[in-house]
Amino acid sequence: MLKIDDLQVTLEDKEILKHIDLEIHPGETHVLFGPNGSGKTSLLMTIMGYSQYNVVAGKIIFKGKDITHMSIDERARMGIGMSYQRPPTINGLKTRQMVKLCAGHEMDENDLAKQVNFEQFLDRDVNAGFSGGEIKRSELLQLMAQKPDLMLFDEPESGVDMENISLVGKTIASLLQKNLLTIENKTRMQAKLERTKMGLIITHTGYILEYVAADKGQVLYDGILSCTNNPREILDCIEESGYEECVRCIIKTN
Amino acid sequence: MYNKDQLKEKAKKAKDKKGAIGPDINLDEFDQAPVPHSYLAEEDLCDLPQEEQERLIMSGLDVTEKERGGTYLQKDTSVIHCHSRQDGIEVIPIKKALEQYDWVKEYYWKLLAVDTDKYTAAAELALHDGYVIRALPGSKSIYPIQACLYLDKDGLQQNVHNLIIAEEDSELHIITGCATSPHLKRGAHVGISEFFVKKNAKLSFTMIHNWAEDMVVRPRSVAQVEEGGLFINNYICMKPVRSLQMYPTTHLVGKDAVARFYSIIVGSPGSEYDLGGRIFLKHPGNRAEIVARTISNGGKIIARGHLIGEVPGIKAHLECRGLILNGGLIHAIPELEGLADGVEMSHEAAVGKIAQEEIAYLMSRGLTEDEATSTIVRGFLSVDIPGLPPQLKAEIDKAIEESDKDVM
Repeated sequence: MLKIDDLQVTLEDKEILKHIDLEIHPGETHVLFGPNGSGKTSLLMTIMGYSQYNVVAGKIIFKGKDITHMSIDERARMGIGMSYQRPPTINGLKTRQMVKLCAGHEMDENDLAKQVNFEQFLDRDVNAGFSGGEIKRSELLQLMAQKPDLMLFDEPESGVDMENISLVGKTIASLLQKNLLTIENKTRMQAKLERTKMGLIITHTGYILEYVAADKGQVLYDGILSCTNNPREILDCIEESGYEECVRCIIKTN
Repeated sequence: MYNKDQLKEKAKKAKDKKGAIGPDINLDEFDQAPVPHSYLAEEDLCDLPQEEQERLIMSGLDVTEKERGGTYLQKDTSVIHCHSRQDGIEVIPIKKALEQYDWVKEYYWKLLAVDTDKYTAAAELALHDGYVIRALPGSKSIYPIQACLYLDKDGLQQNVHNLIIAEEDSELHIITGCATSPHLKRGAHVGISEFFVKKNAKLSFTMIHNWAEDMVVRPRSVAQVEEGGLFINNYICMKPVRSLQMYPTTHLVGKDAVARFYSIIVGSPGSEYDLGGRIFLKHPGNRAEIVARTISNGGKIIARGHLIGEVPGIKAHLECRGLILNGGLIHAIPELEGLADGVEMSHEAAVGKIAQEEIAYLMSRGLTEDEATSTIVRGFLSVDIPGLPPQLKAEIDKAIEESDKDVM
């Protein structure tokens, strides 16, 4: 379980996350909505452990341990992984090697790459000249090898072309154990009960909801998390009335 | 054309002439007297002491000769093994070649003037030996030829002269190492190399150097590439050295001739490296590329590169990237000289540090900070070199792999 308790974060002395409370139970996937600059990526980076995000108060508990001050790699080894929106290029490191590093052992990266239609990129340097959609598939491929228990997705569908959107959507569903059909010899109920993976997905468009049955949706507005609701309902509300409505919500609840 | 007395005369006049660039070396501090070592038969190569074999292997010389087309091994001043395993490719010690074959004289000191500086002069006045490697017209090397110049005697100045000739339509790959024995502290290496790449021939020359901390090294080399020829020159040096200075020059003398230089340097504390390359593009269709990757962890590195485009229709690119990891100095000096309308020449140079963002990215995949850093450094040093046989690529990768502990 991930439990975030009254988290307050500053970036370069500017307050960017205010009193965040969030709980993601094993098997649950949450969707995070919010306008640009509202702090969504900052929340993900703080959970991942990026040190420029300075936690001034509150706690992050993962699998029962306080990880608030743990380093990025310690968190990764505990089972937190992230799909970045704009990851850096690593010159001279082949995507093939990167996948092996993520797995932490020798493995057949070709098979894995086939699943995200990425074999032809394995011998290219990590993220070097990749298009938006290629970056997304590369990130998913790395997560498939890394197999984290909590996955943070930063706009996984942005920049992905129509041809690949269902591939990306289905891959995320599979990573989060949300594709019940692919699990063999199990009833749907059994598979659902045995589901352990946790997800937190940032989305603007909501396309991802077509493929991933998210459990909860939340809106982050100006560093304040609010409006826990059915993700579809939130999306419909935002589409109709914009984030203005969320502001009203926040004012009401505070 | 070849006149022994005239060469000696010219060399004598230049014996105190300082090099055009790089710190001056007092060669009087070194001993040039020949050091005899007995010749080893092919089967005896494997009997070399284990520690020597290890030093040789690090420079790409494999005593088992697995996947090698021939071997030249010189210890101090003596040739201890020399033979070719492939028809159409000749490997001959240069002294013997000069005595026995007139054609060799056509190449000796042809591209490089004997009175260039005191180092070229020394190589003529007290030549120890060196190799002539020649691929006959149309012959293609199946496996690379390996050559190693090994220094064992402390305080020795080793003078060698090498001729590398790829005849028309031939393909020749050479891996050459210079290494010093584990107990050697101090020494000097003067190496003259002249490369002839004839019409439509392909030559790759990969140098891996493992020097001792107090070595001074002054290679002098010039190459000439004829129409349709390709010359690939790789230089890898990851070990400390007191002072290394070289500035190899290549002349593209026929249309569509191509030259590519790659160097990978790690500069340790107390070491000084001044290197680079110069390529003259003289005919339409000429292509040239100079790529340098340098890391300083306390050493001083001057990375030069000079491309001269003399006619329209040439393309040249220079790329010089440096990382300063732990103090030291990197001075990148890229030069482009376009002498005609219609040349296409470019360069990029960057000196900096490892991006924190890249380290964090790898850490979020489970790597520790140290693992992430060394992965990025290895990536930085690994350059794709098109046209290089897999065995040589593997040797370069191995050298980079082994450098890890020196870099960190």
